[in-house]
Order: sequence, then structure tokens, then C-alpha cells
Amino acid sequence: MSENRHMAFICSKGNLDMAYPALIMGWAALGNGVDVTLFFTFWGLDLINKHRVDHLEIAPVGITSMKTGMMGFPINIGIPQIAGVLPGMTAVATTLMKKKMEELEVPPVREMLQMLHDAGAKIYGCKMTVDMMRLTKEDFLDVVDGVVTASEFIDLTEGAQIIFI
Amino acid sequence: MAVSVLANVSLNEEGFLTDPSVWNEEIAKALAEQEGIELTEKHWQVIRWCREAAAKTGASPTLRQITTGTGLSTKELFELFPKGPAKKVAKIAGLSKPEGCI
Repeated sequence: MSENRHMAFICSKGNLDMAYPALIMGWAALGNGVDVTLFFTFWGLDLINKHRVDHLEIAPVGITSMKTGMMGFPINIGIPQIAGVLPGMTAVATTLMKKKMEELEVPPVREMLQMLHDAGAKIYGCKMTVDMMRLTKEDFLDVVDGVVTASEFIDLTEGAQIIFI
Repeated sequence: MAVSVLANVSLNEEGFLTDPSVWNEEIAKALAEQEGIELTEKHWQVIRWCREAAAKTGASPTLRQITTGTGLSTKELFELFPKGPAKKVAKIAGLSKPEGCI
């Protein structure tokens, strides 16, 4: 394994289920001695937004892979898409997913970001989306190293393996 | 020193002991030296805790289990064992490669 392997994750999604892939793989990479950079853009900014990070959700609508078994029912069948639009379904799915993650000892997103930061990962927000959403540095968690342009991100990740999520 | 202690010790291709029962503190020191780490009392605390945890659960502890169990912060653990603490501690402590994701 080369000493300076570097992985960069572009996180563009703000749903609870799409928050974890980069965090878990990034953590595994750090555990293997690989340098890690995380770049949050568009909806992904919710993950590093201190007002939003504890309120990420998973909406059952559009997730055709979601089955009743994941919700704790004994029979594992598909959930009709129409059921997903009922009031409260997003809250139910979110609560269940958080519970499942806790059972697996996976920390909440805020804590995982702190772990990644403490382990040496670099964390950036995307300048264009930050401007578009009228956010400022004060809206972000302390673990954020800065807000950078796409071009700066390209410079910062020279030679890295880039993964878009 | 590392060379002489490890001369008769069999390691797998990733550097883990093939027979964990041969582990002793001299081997740990030599393995650490190979990783460029000089073991201090703090290192030993982590190594001992990991060996106890592994004896109890049968598996090498993950990074997060180490920080939760020893009370060390993530930062401290990465400073003690740079570039992949869980794997490095497991190696030095004569345990198998950790398998958990977190």
C-alpha cells in the first residue's frame, strides 16, 4: 500500500441514508492509513450545517428497495409507494433507521463528522452552493475546514481517488 | 533489535502474527519498531485494553470500540498509532485484523 493514498468524497445528498456512505467509507479509509477529503455540495451541505445535521431524514417515497422487514415487520414485502406519502411516514422511517444504526453502534452524523475530523480528514463546503443557499461560515459545524470553489477542490485533491455520492 | 526478535516469528503477508500464542512484550516492541513507533506507557494501555477486549469477544476491537473503551480521544489514538490505529494496534498486540466498519 503506498503511503500517500488519498480518497476524496463528493457528498451531494442530504438524506439520512445517503449521508452515511461517505462517512463510513471515509472512516474506514482513515483506519487504513489513507488520507481523506470530504467535499459537501448542494443538498450534501445539510450534513455540515449545524442547524440541519441532527434533523436529516429518510423519505420512503421513491425508495423501491425499502421493504417492510426493515421496519421490523415479520413479513418482508414491498411498501406501496402511495403509503409513503401519508403524513408521518418520513418521520417513522427516519426514527426506524436511526434506531437500526444505533443497534449497529454507528454514531449519529454529527459525531461521525467529528470523528473523521479528529482522525485528520479535511472537510470542505462548496462555495457556489453556499452562496446560492445564502449560508455563511457561522451556519457550519466547527469541523469544517473551509468553503472552497470547485476549482480549489480540484487542486486540493490532485492525485486522489474521487468518489461521487 | 527488531530483526533479531522477529527472526523466528512467522508473520502473514500483512504483517500480523500467524500464531498469536507466541506473542510477548518483546515481540510487541519489535513489531512497533517496524511501524516506526516507540512504545510508551500510553501505547501499552491501549495494547493491554485491546488484548483484554479481544480475549473477551474473540475479535479485534474497532477504532471506535478502542476510543470508547479506553477513554482516549480519536485524535490521541491517531497520534499514538498514526495511519490506521486499529490495524496497527491489532498487529502490535498480536491480534487478528479488525473486521468491523466503525
